Amino acid sequence: MLTINGVYKKFNSGTINEKIALYDVNLTLDQGDFVTLIGGNGAGKSTLLNCVAGVHIVEQGSIIIDGIDITKLPEYKRSGFIGRVFQDPMMGTASNMGIEENLALAYRRGDYRSLKWGISNEERKIYKGLLKQLDLGLEDRLSDKVGLLSGGQRQALTLLMATLKKPKILLLDEHTAALDPRTAKKVLELSDEIIRKGNLTTLMVTHNMRDAIRHGNRLIMMSDGRIVLDIKGEEKKRLTVEELLVRFEKASGEIFANDRTLLS
Amino acid sequence: MLQILLGAISLGLLWAIMTIGVYITYRILNIADLSVEGSIAMGAAIAANGIYNGMDPFLATGLACVGGMIAGFVTGMLHTQLKIPALLSGILTMIALYSINLRIMGKANVSLLRMDTVYTVLENLGINRSNSVMILGFITVIIIVCILYWFFGTEIGCAIRATGNNPQMARAQGINTNTMIILGLVISNGLVGISGAMIAQSQSFADVQMGMGSIVIGLASVIIGEVLFGKNNFFSRLLSLVLGAITYRIIIALVLKMGMHANDLKLFTAITVAIALSLPVIRSRIQTYVKIRKEAM
Repeated sequence: MLTINGVYKKFNSGTINEKIALYDVNLTLDQGDFVTLIGGNGAGKSTLLNCVAGVHIVEQGSIIIDGIDITKLPEYKRSGFIGRVFQDPMMGTASNMGIEENLALAYRRGDYRSLKWGISNEERKIYKGLLKQLDLGLEDRLSDKVGLLSGGQRQALTLLMATLKKPKILLLDEHTAALDPRTAKKVLELSDEIIRKGNLTTLMVTHNMRDAIRHGNRLIMMSDGRIVLDIKGEEKKRLTVEELLVRFEKASGEIFANDRTLLS
Repeated sequence: MLQILLGAISLGLLWAIMTIGVYITYRILNIADLSVEGSIAMGAAIAANGIYNGMDPFLATGLACVGGMIAGFVTGMLHTQLKIPALLSGILTMIALYSINLRIMGKANVSLLRMDTVYTVLENLGINRSNSVMILGFITVIIIVCILYWFFGTEIGCAIRATGNNPQMARAQGINTNTMIILGLVISNGLVGISGAMIAQSQSFADVQMGMGSIVIGLASVIIGEVLFGKNNFFSRLLSLVLGAITYRIIIALVLKMGMHANDLKLFTAITVAIALSLPVIRSRIQTYVKIRKEAM
């Protein structure tokens, strides 16, 4: 479903601050794969996601979604294939617009936008049903501005928006990192449920080793812009935090020292 | 006094068209677009020159709209394609238009005395000039408000609003934010062009300088409208802009009547806008100050 071939990405090219963010990254996701992506700060996790989403255009290599080469496609054109949830809850929604207006924008992701009315009444019914499933009481606040919602509510809404039109790839970029532990857990469970129900091909970045082990069917670890570990299937199911740390040190030749990943 | 008030209302209605244009860029797109200073004079120049050369005044006003749209398009291209900051893009268009407007008119001002204008149609029915301006201004404003209310509810209109509110999110939803910014600027400056054309015809002359300070007048009207007449739903917001533009004209008429020198008007407007824009900051500072004082006690 997603193929990343020999991708390189440099920042501040040609200056003394030049940083190679991605170094010959190769990755293939099959339909229905739920991959958790873990690594320290600056390992290149978010850069990889942003390269797939089109926020950054890669210098070398190719990115192919479902047989379509999107390497050179601008961000807004790729969005037809990709659903995204960001780390910052403010980023995924338009705060001055209503809940239903946000959903209506997402409902038309990748479609041609015309001079038809922005929301139809049938849509409202669909939205109401879906919001009810979130169990956050949003179904009675359809016309409320999104700016009035809490961070957790906004993330849940963004998740709904990202999957409203079934995406070929779902990109979750540490989407629970900015939430309090209880809300984070709830949003993560919700993500799990939506991904399972829709059999969505997913790439989820996380800082949390336990979450990375507990969720998904495949775990990838990055370090210094490279993929250093790729664990799947039965092996992934039996994985423990201790074992993961040992294997990471062996694979990258450095210690995975990061309080945030260890303690959380 | 009544005459002054009526004059202020009719002038306010014409400036309301421009205020709506400023609102589209400043509030919806979140861009302070200075090209309006040039496009309002351009609208006046195109209409005046057309009428002077015997063109139908309605057609001339339509052309003024198209001229404004082109100006907005240029600003949009400078900003989105050449990545020049929005403020600077607007300034560049504004300065370029000064020369272009002189080219269009061939001189610094064109008189329209004793020529047919859009208002002549009503004047032929026996209505005086001032009332004709008011009636036609009112009709135009209502038509524009209705069209825009519809437009910003459509799929494209929603996409423009999302672009101004959160461009990152808009792109993630497959919206071409560059196109939407250009489209917003085109619509905004088109309205400003119409406004300039109708103002020139109501005062019977077009002047290359008439755009000076118009962005500040537009902002003042937007803010007055929002503060005095609320900002609940989109329709009442649009109406509040119209009322804001009229209120601004009434305030100006009153301070002039009270003896303020006309030369001081721009200073007066600038100070008013500065105060209005800084109100939220001043309010929150006072609140923190009061809170600290309370806690200290």
